[in-house]
Parts: sequence; C-alpha cells; structure tokens
Amino acid sequence: MMIVLIALIVLMILGAIVALESRDLLSAIISLGIIGFALTIIFLVLSAPDLAIVQIIIETLTLIILIAAVLKTTRADTSETVNARVVMLWISGIIFMGLFLLSAVRAFQSLPEFGALGLRMAQAYLDGFRQTGASNLVTAVILDFRGYDTLGEATVLFTSVAGVVTVLRKAGRKD
Amino acid sequence: MTVFILSVILFLIGLYGVLVKRNLIKIALGFMIMEYAINLLFVLIGYRAGGTAPIFTQDVSGQIFVDPLPQALVLTAIVIGLGTTALLVSFAVRIYQKYESFDIRKIRELRG
Repeated sequence: MMIVLIALIVLMILGAIVALESRDLLSAIISLGIIGFALTIIFLVLSAPDLAIVQIIIETLTLIILIAAVLKTTRADTSETVNARVVMLWISGIIFMGLFLLSAVRAFQSLPEFGALGLRMAQAYLDGFRQTGASNLVTAVILDFRGYDTLGEATVLFTSVAGVVTVLRKAGRKD
Repeated sequence: MTVFILSVILFLIGLYGVLVKRNLIKIALGFMIMEYAINLLFVLIGYRAGGTAPIFTQDVSGQIFVDPLPQALVLTAIVIGLGTTALLVSFAVRIYQKYESFDIRKIRELRG
C-alpha cells in the first residue's frame, strides 16, 4: 500500500518535471496527463471511488481543452534563454522552495501520522446516514450538508464558461 | 509523513513552473500541477488505515470508513479546477492571437 503510493507519487513528480521542461508543448500536455491519471489511481488506492470517477472525466476534458488550444496556436516553446537574470531567478526560487519545504515539514509534525486519523471533524457527517438516508456519505456531504457549497460551485462553473465564451468570441471584436 | 512530503515536493514543482517559466501554457501547467498536489494532500490526510470507501452497504458491522469530508471538498475543488483552467487557457489563446507569441516578455503593451 505504502510502496504503491510512494511509487505513484514519484511517477507524478517525474511527469511534472517532464511537463515543465519539455520544449514541445504537446508532449508537455501529454506528460500532464500522466499526473492526472496517476492521481486517479491514487484516489482508487485511498478508497475514494467518487473522486476517481470525477478526476478521470475532468482530466480527459482538461487534456482535450489544452490540446485544442495548442493545436490552434503553436507547439514550440521558444521562450527559454539563459542569462544572468534567469540565474538570479533560479537561486531565489530554490531558496524560497527550501524555506517552504522546511516549514511544511514542521507543520506536518503537528498532524497525525498517515493513516492514523482520529475522525474528530467528520463524526457528525458519519452519523449522516440516519439524518439524510443517503448511503453514500460523500454525496450526502455534497448535496445535503453543504448544498450551498455546491450551488456556489455551479455558479463558478457558469461564470468561467461565460468568461471563456466572452474572451474567445469572434463577433463584435474591433481588431 | 513521507507521502505528505512527496506531495509538497509536487506542489513546489508546480510553483517553480509558475515562478520561473516564461511560456503562458507552461504557467498554466504549473497551476494545474499545484492543484493536483493540493487535492492529493487533502485526500492523503483524510485516509484511515484499513478504511473502506464511505458508502453504507448491507453489512455495516465493524466497518471503518475513511473521512468523507476531505473527499467532498476535493470533489468540489476538482470541478472548479476545470473552470479556472479553461479560463486561463482561453486567455492564453487570445493573447497568442494578438501578439503571435506565448512568451510573457513579448507581451509588453497591454492595453484594451
């Protein structure tokens, strides 16, 4: 279990490095697909089947959107040059990331160990079967206890679709 | 603890992409990598050893469930991630149509 998890997360890290360092934008996007589908398998291993279903659908849609955008524009990434400013950016970035990692490690020491969760927070939701009658607790939380959250999510999705249509429309544009 | 640190390293790789890369599509990919890492960290924190999926079946005696609350929050976050990604990529495509480049150094004169 632990070995499978570590192997999958290392695969995700390798995919992320390839996605960011590749000169071809199409292969960078396919490498992003490695991360998303590995995340799907991790959700299945961590017994979250609802998340795995949603993640595989959303990942496919994301890849379609990105590939359509790249095929409509250009595949080559010609923005990489090395000069003194880039080196300074590298050094400051590495220092910042080291500090971030240190503080994250300090913060994780106050969390319970992996797999030893006490369920203090969610005990009320675990009793939700008696209150809602929904046998799937995740859908009980989404659609019943936190229904307004889901309404807000639908609003955000509608707003982003309206934004995409507004930005990409052809009619009524001056230039 | 190891898996937590590995997912933070994944987050930092995404942050590197956002901070250092000059290509707009690469910056969008960095944002998406950060989003994956955060979702992964939430579900990892909500896991219980030996827990099954939080779905009641006929035989519920002695079942241990994983925490359903982080899963519900991450479900919302994944769907919102699709919306933000679509908006980000459409902005990038529009900028490419105007400036013929994804390079953020060539996009100087930003006006309406």
